[in-house]
Amino acid sequence: MTTQGLEPTVATDSGLAPAATESSPDKLALRRFMRNPAAMIGAVVLLLTVLASLLAPLISPYPPTEIDLTNVRQPPSGEHLLGTDSTGRDVFSRLLAGGQVSLMVGFSAALTAVAFGTLVGILAGWFGGIVDGIISRLIDIMLSLPAVLVIIVLAGVIGPSVPMLILVIAGLAWPTPARIARGVVLSLREEEFVQAARAIGSRTRFILARHLLPGALPPIVVSATLLVAESVLLESSLSFLGAGVQPPQSSWGNMLNEAQSLTVLSSMPWLWVPPGLMIALVVLSAMAVGDGIRDAIDPRKNS
Amino acid sequence: MLRVLLIRLLSSVAVFLLIAVGLFALVRLAPGDPVEMMVPPEVSGADREAFTEAARARLGLDQPLVVQFVRWLGGLLTGDLGYSYTNGQPVGDLLVGRLGPTALLMGSALTIGLLVAVPAGVIAAVRRNTVVDYTVSSVSVVAISVPSFFLGMLAIYTFAVRLQVLPSSGMYSPGSDGLGDLLTHMIMPVGLLALANAAAFTRYVRSGVLEELGKDYVRTIIAKGGTSARALGHALRNSLMSLITVLALTIPGSLSGAVVLEQIFAWPGMGQLAIYALTNRDYPILIGFGLYVALLVLICNLIADVCYTIIDPRVRTA
Amino acid sequence: MTHETNRPDQDVQGDAGPLLSVRDLTLDISTPHGTARILEAVSLQVHPGEIVGVVGESGSGKSMTALSVMRILPTTARIASGGIDFEGVDLATLSARQMRTIRGRRIAMVFQDHMTTLDPVISIGAQIEEAYRLHHRSASRAEARAQMLEVLTQVGVPDPEERSKQYPHQWSGGMRQRAVIAMALINDPDLIIADEPTTALDVTIQAEILAVLRELRDRRGLSILLITHDMGVIADMADRIVVMKQGKVVETGEVHALFASPEHPYTRTLLDAVPQPGDDPAASTAEETSQPAALEVKDLVVQYRRSWRRQGVRAVDGVSFTVPSGSVVGLVGESGSGKSTIGKAVVGLAPITAGSVLVEGTDLRGLDRAAARTARRSYGMVFQDPASSLNPRMTIGQCITEPLLAHRRDLSAAARRERVTELLEQVELPAAWITRFPHELSGGQRQRVGIARALAPEPELLIADEPTSALDVSVQAAVLEVFQDLQQRLGFSCLFISHDLAVVELVSESVIVLQGGRIVEQGDARTVLRTPQTEYTRRLVDAAPIPDPARQRDRQLTGTTAPHTP
Repeated sequence: MTTQGLEPTVATDSGLAPAATESSPDKLALRRFMRNPAAMIGAVVLLLTVLASLLAPLISPYPPTEIDLTNVRQPPSGEHLLGTDSTGRDVFSRLLAGGQVSLMVGFSAALTAVAFGTLVGILAGWFGGIVDGIISRLIDIMLSLPAVLVIIVLAGVIGPSVPMLILVIAGLAWPTPARIARGVVLSLREEEFVQAARAIGSRTRFILARHLLPGALPPIVVSATLLVAESVLLESSLSFLGAGVQPPQSSWGNMLNEAQSLTVLSSMPWLWVPPGLMIALVVLSAMAVGDGIRDAIDPRKNS
Repeated sequence: MLRVLLIRLLSSVAVFLLIAVGLFALVRLAPGDPVEMMVPPEVSGADREAFTEAARARLGLDQPLVVQFVRWLGGLLTGDLGYSYTNGQPVGDLLVGRLGPTALLMGSALTIGLLVAVPAGVIAAVRRNTVVDYTVSSVSVVAISVPSFFLGMLAIYTFAVRLQVLPSSGMYSPGSDGLGDLLTHMIMPVGLLALANAAAFTRYVRSGVLEELGKDYVRTIIAKGGTSARALGHALRNSLMSLITVLALTIPGSLSGAVVLEQIFAWPGMGQLAIYALTNRDYPILIGFGLYVALLVLICNLIADVCYTIIDPRVRTA
Repeated sequence: MTHETNRPDQDVQGDAGPLLSVRDLTLDISTPHGTARILEAVSLQVHPGEIVGVVGESGSGKSMTALSVMRILPTTARIASGGIDFEGVDLATLSARQMRTIRGRRIAMVFQDHMTTLDPVISIGAQIEEAYRLHHRSASRAEARAQMLEVLTQVGVPDPEERSKQYPHQWSGGMRQRAVIAMALINDPDLIIADEPTTALDVTIQAEILAVLRELRDRRGLSILLITHDMGVIADMADRIVVMKQGKVVETGEVHALFASPEHPYTRTLLDAVPQPGDDPAASTAEETSQPAALEVKDLVVQYRRSWRRQGVRAVDGVSFTVPSGSVVGLVGESGSGKSTIGKAVVGLAPITAGSVLVEGTDLRGLDRAAARTARRSYGMVFQDPASSLNPRMTIGQCITEPLLAHRRDLSAAARRERVTELLEQVELPAAWITRFPHELSGGQRQRVGIARALAPEPELLIADEPTSALDVSVQAAVLEVFQDLQQRLGFSCLFISHDLAVVELVSESVIVLQGGRIVEQGDARTVLRTPQTEYTRRLVDAAPIPDPARQRDRQLTGTTAPHTP
């Protein structure tokens, strides 16, 4: 046969320059993410909001719960950037403090859900069989439980509190990452490189850590960011309904609750527009980041 | 196929029982003794003791827990959900009375949402990466991101306060019960709930149709001499199969949206009742509401399973 | 139609004039990174009653040429110049509506079999009827149904009445492909474009499908534009051949002439790359061995559990064989024969339900976990798909190091690195590629990495599961050469699993033929494959197309490829 040396030609022809730079799939994905304007704007907004709430005690012009009955329902001014509410509290300070609570609930619920869900999903996918059957059915049912309603019932009977909010949101949200992790593991398990690792005799721990987790991580990060958005939204809805964060502690949701009367609605927009906008902004940003990561991981699915 | 459905049905019943046990436990774990709360403040001392004893016996609270549970469950199954703490009315009647407005709100919102979402999703998928697609996708992302109560307040501010063209709350204006009046009251809450539903569905339809359009059978239809509209028809039929199950599974979620909007627009539905119960700690109403939600979830799950099994020949003939 | 049926030896350039003439077709596709030229000045002709084969490796543009004729191109594609004349009309200038009267009516297309070539939720009969009714608007349902049943009968579908009511997932791959051909035939087209029509199918099924196509040509005077990567299929079917490479036609010629004396060097390379055992004298008749066998399989049964109640499927049912030390044993059979399962059972990826598997005298069954892991050091495995057998997130170096991490923990990082470099050298890849990622390599290069990884712990036994099936033929030749070279130098034993009889005959000394999980024949590779003793092996051997038009056509005349009704 006279085919020696033929294959490298084919390779060069198919666009592989000999000087190709080292580029892992994850680095390539990061580069694609950085080129996505919507996702980058979302990331910056999210970062700034998180920073502002972390630094709230330093930035706040007033203590968020300080009542000043001489200065009630003041429109925005140099003194009170966003005006004051019905008990004279500074709206800007309350907004910062509310952001702290809203983001804390959002992030901790999402992270708890993702950590637990990923673990359950990987176990279900890896072991399969009856374990998988039971977990999958559980996931199906949990996914269709409406979180808002479950929490209303729980809050009504046990009484609302922030830890319960986080726990219940996480408790109802874990099936989403679990289902994703399970799906990824199920497909990765059939991939030849995982079969190869098993044939080689690599330890299960090694296979899980080196082959499965890195593969499952990107889609899980996507679901984590989307869960942050969902949790922030959920917290605000519940606080708005009175089943979440309770006054005097402020959250973006309960700030809107306090502004439900028609008079406030029609004549004091500074009381309800800023928190509403903040919720929308944070949720939009988190979703843009999530979508951006998803597109960056899989550039073919251009959605 | 029947066997699969039967297994699903049985597991749904099991889940319902589990949820019932959970709710029962919740009632018993709830802080504060409901009996204590029933005692009129003027009764005290030994009378008070006697009163609570009598109340306990009357309510069956002196029986072992298992007996209490079986009785409670038996009551549930015969429609006896107990009595409201705050106004003494039977919870079953209260809930049934609120069913109509909520069903009206959700039903019309789901219908309108679907009527908007299917064409919007299909157009976005077909005109992929064009201005149309970007517009549809952006609108649905914004509609999902902006909380419905904020949108509701903006809507009230705009249409009820500033323009004064729509009523801000309720189902009927005082003293009126005409259809036209009902319709004007419906516009804002139904519109916003429909928007939320449509936003989620549009994303499903778009990605489902896109996925199907990429499959080989679409090319086969074109190669047979079919029009692209015909190919789209096949793709749509394939993607709607999964949408029907998604639809069934989002109905409970849509009830969450309805609860929020009922609260803003003072719509006299179950959501408003639930929030009333929440603020007044009226456990029986909340538990009844919880059971109703559990039932809805399981029925929707079952409908999704049945649809899936009947519609898709791959499952049907397996 | 008045033209007479062509015979392969007849001059096809007669007076009739070409039915289809692609003239200097140049096709561009715009990508985010600029415009890519997919086809450049492609010209080819198909005459009435002629089968023209278009052959080329992946990326040669052969499928794009077919899709251009049908005008089923991606929206980003643009015909830059040239034309596509069908009966003198340039298809490229037709309106969408006019084109639809051509598609499926005058020119029909048969695609490669995929699960999704047919709509999964519509019955097969209805989909074939749809093709008829699209072009016969006034036809009644009953008429369409009668036509549908007739074409299904023509392509050899048994009991079309009942089977046409079924859905695609209920049909086997070969039967589905018959349905696709029936769908193409129902409007009595003049030209059928078949794009890799048998690529996903087993050889015996492939022979049946090709026989159906050939018979249609002979009986109806159909023209066929056959696109394939398989030189054997081309030799079997085509009257004339068009060889494509990187979007260009490099050579066109009559089949016998082209195979006998290819002019273009690329055509020659392609033909040379096809494994043609038999040419060189038997390489090494394994020295009589007194050593223990590298692999000894006794009464192996592999049964997959379906669920706790239902009986599982017996993928392997009582198989015994040995791989003598230092020799290569081929394992052949069609899909479902259990050949891959045996390989998986040896490396522990499939359950050993009964029987024993001895590697170097150690029984793998009944070992505890740690011992089983240690035993894995003595064998390596090469997988089929080089695109998925390497973790995309690990560098080439990390991939090859993995077995060393599992089995040679005594080695220092430097020693491991040295070993990896040595291995890369052995498979003829630059040592500097150690930091590259799999996606930066071509398929053949990735498969070399796969071989290097399998050889890393210096195993006595290599299990190679279809190691070259996913590769282009010229790449396959290069990889096989590396494999054979290493096998001779390092002297490992190998169980070589493949569906390709020619490849197996080329690399292995003895061969085992499997059917339905049982051994039907085994022995010296050449003897078994040249003079098969059992009916099944004979059918397998006869069905495999030989890349030699003269021999292939002799076989056709003796009727050995007649359809076999299942």
